[in-house]
Amino acid sequence: MRRIAATAAVLALLGTGPALADKVFVTNEKGNSISVLDASSLQVIHTIEGLQRPRGITASPDGRHIYVCASDDNLVRVFDAATYEELPSLPSGADPELFVLHPSGSPLFIANEDDNLVTVVDVNSRQVLAEVPVGVEPEGMGVSPDGKFVVTTSETTNMAHLIDTTTYQIVGNVLVDSRPRFAEYTPDGKFLFVSAEIGGTVSVIDTATNEVVKKIGFEVQGLLPEAIQPVGLRITADGTKAYVALGPANRVAVIDVARLAVTDYLLVGQRVWQLAFSPDGKTLYTTNGNSNDVSVIDTQSDQVTVSVPVGEQPWGVVAVASAGGVE
Amino acid sequence: MIGGMGRQDIDGCRIGGAVALALLVLAAATPAQSGVEYRAAVLRVDTPAQPPISRLDRKPDDLGFAGATLGTADNATTGRFLDQTFATETVVATPQTAESEMTRLLDQGITYIVTLADAATTVKLADLAGNRALVFNALATDDRLRGADCRANLLHVAPSDAMLADALAQYLVWKRWGTWVLVSGSHPEDQALAAAYRHAAEKFGAQIAGEKTYEDTGGARRTDTGHVLVQRQMPVFTQDLPDHDVMIAADRTGVFADWLPWHTWASRPVAGSAGLVPQSWSPAHEAWGATQFQTRFEKLANRPARSEDYQVWMALRVIGEAAARTKGGDWPAMHDFILSPAFDLAAFKGQKLTFRDWDGQLRQPVLLTDGQVVVSVSPQAEFLHQVSQLDTLGIDRPETECKR
Repeated sequence: MRRIAATAAVLALLGTGPALADKVFVTNEKGNSISVLDASSLQVIHTIEGLQRPRGITASPDGRHIYVCASDDNLVRVFDAATYEELPSLPSGADPELFVLHPSGSPLFIANEDDNLVTVVDVNSRQVLAEVPVGVEPEGMGVSPDGKFVVTTSETTNMAHLIDTTTYQIVGNVLVDSRPRFAEYTPDGKFLFVSAEIGGTVSVIDTATNEVVKKIGFEVQGLLPEAIQPVGLRITADGTKAYVALGPANRVAVIDVARLAVTDYLLVGQRVWQLAFSPDGKTLYTTNGNSNDVSVIDTQSDQVTVSVPVGEQPWGVVAVASAGGVE
Repeated sequence: MIGGMGRQDIDGCRIGGAVALALLVLAAATPAQSGVEYRAAVLRVDTPAQPPISRLDRKPDDLGFAGATLGTADNATTGRFLDQTFATETVVATPQTAESEMTRLLDQGITYIVTLADAATTVKLADLAGNRALVFNALATDDRLRGADCRANLLHVAPSDAMLADALAQYLVWKRWGTWVLVSGSHPEDQALAAAYRHAAEKFGAQIAGEKTYEDTGGARRTDTGHVLVQRQMPVFTQDLPDHDVMIAADRTGVFADWLPWHTWASRPVAGSAGLVPQSWSPAHEAWGATQFQTRFEKLANRPARSEDYQVWMALRVIGEAAARTKGGDWPAMHDFILSPAFDLAAFKGQKLTFRDWDGQLRQPVLLTDGQVVVSVSPQAEFLHQVSQLDTLGIDRPETECKR
């Protein structure tokens, strides 16, 4: 194990040849760092230091670049996924927390909580293309599979705002439950899932009508309702299952998308926050902010296989393939 | 110290800075229609009082009103998308003018009134509102307002003395600092707070080993020599108290508690009205997205937010939240929704805030702060409850004296 990890690190440092395995990048909010895991050995093979409060993290579609919301740097920091070399930063507006990349690889849509704005940034020219005023405290960002719409959730306005990605105009506002945190489309683009941390639900929005067709609630034996706080949310590439991180409930809920019903609760680490699939979709990684680890879930069996210690207060996670491509 | 008499209107067009700009842009993006208007007022009744012991605690002229500005702006932003508008009038009154100002607001047809007043005035104002308006108490912590003196049209966003005392008690018991001495002021509100601490001690298994009353003998609150006499008097005043883990101060009038820390005879920490203080808000609070509230507030008010500001903000957000969910409806309909299980408010405390239907009190976590950081937040995880853990703080359904 150690030898493989060392070899991978050496190759990565040299920046030559394909890396040996998928890599998982985890932002450590308190640790001011990014832990890089080798997905086969699940060892931390590298730590990127020197970021101020890194939170949201994503990767370019080819898996070569890692984008990080460095909240207290007021920047999106960019890293080479193979060499970990830092590339020029992107402007982000104040206190960036979450963002979403257009499926084509640019632009990047960034939520600026303090200014009630979504900032649109071209990742190649590093220019701000637009600032879109939205509700109070925009947070979650999602993009439709065809790239025509981005959605932002505003935490105090309690809405999902749908933004046209060509005109940057708001074309729809959907009221959801309190403190919406994360938004994700089904792969066919027909439904939009929005988690509400304080409301304790996931709203399912029909994108044809912009109506909430179902609010999915959660119930865990032995836990009071207020401890169940849905945050991170991911839907499988085949659109059959959704996974929802339930925050201080320390569980990930599994939703059958066809029935819009919860089928399972998986016990993970403490204050589970964000989720990311491996590039092949067979694995789901969770960040557990209060136990300083990442749980690894087998998405075939829905079993939690292992927990891996990372830095202090892990927040966001993204996985990239060895030879390019991302979940 | 006490703000000049006057009124000011807050609406979507006059809230200043980036928010107004954002709203104007939003207005352009959203077709204007004739929608529902929600009119509220914040009525602050300033009682003549001594200056506080510390000049850091002097009351800003816009105390509470700055919270109203933010709450109205937050509501207006949401309202733009729902075709709802929010207008809030702020009024300063004296105990003599409070009732005439209330009548004037009621005669204008304003149906949501947030009060910043003492307990006696709050009850009078609620009775004056009768069936014409819903009143939100954003200041008075007195338990009797939630008990024998409760009113059907009166909701409480300010935590009660019992909630504050229980919040501190849970933490001290969790620390296993279970032996207290209680030093209380001589005014009725100090004695009411002391009673809340006695109740909390009994509820959570702490012992009050000894008690003392600090008589308010009048005199100027500050003098040129400041500490010189205090550092000789306070050790002597606290010398004859029995052994204890913590000294609890119950001093709502602010006569002596700030002088206790570092001046006590025994080297024991002080909590309650000084030292480790339970309160609804602290400008140091950053968890659960609170930084965003602090940043927005400081940008518009040019000062840190106080509990009064947060409480007024909550009252207006309750109105905004109920408006967004009920989409129209008069105040009795809003009232019923607010007290129903369908209502919840997100207010940077890490969980949903809801109202107790038995006494109209907003359930809320309480911050424990030393003035510099948030030391802890109660309820403490170990204190369980069959309905809501927040009901471990304050007067629970079986013990309420309220017949609402």
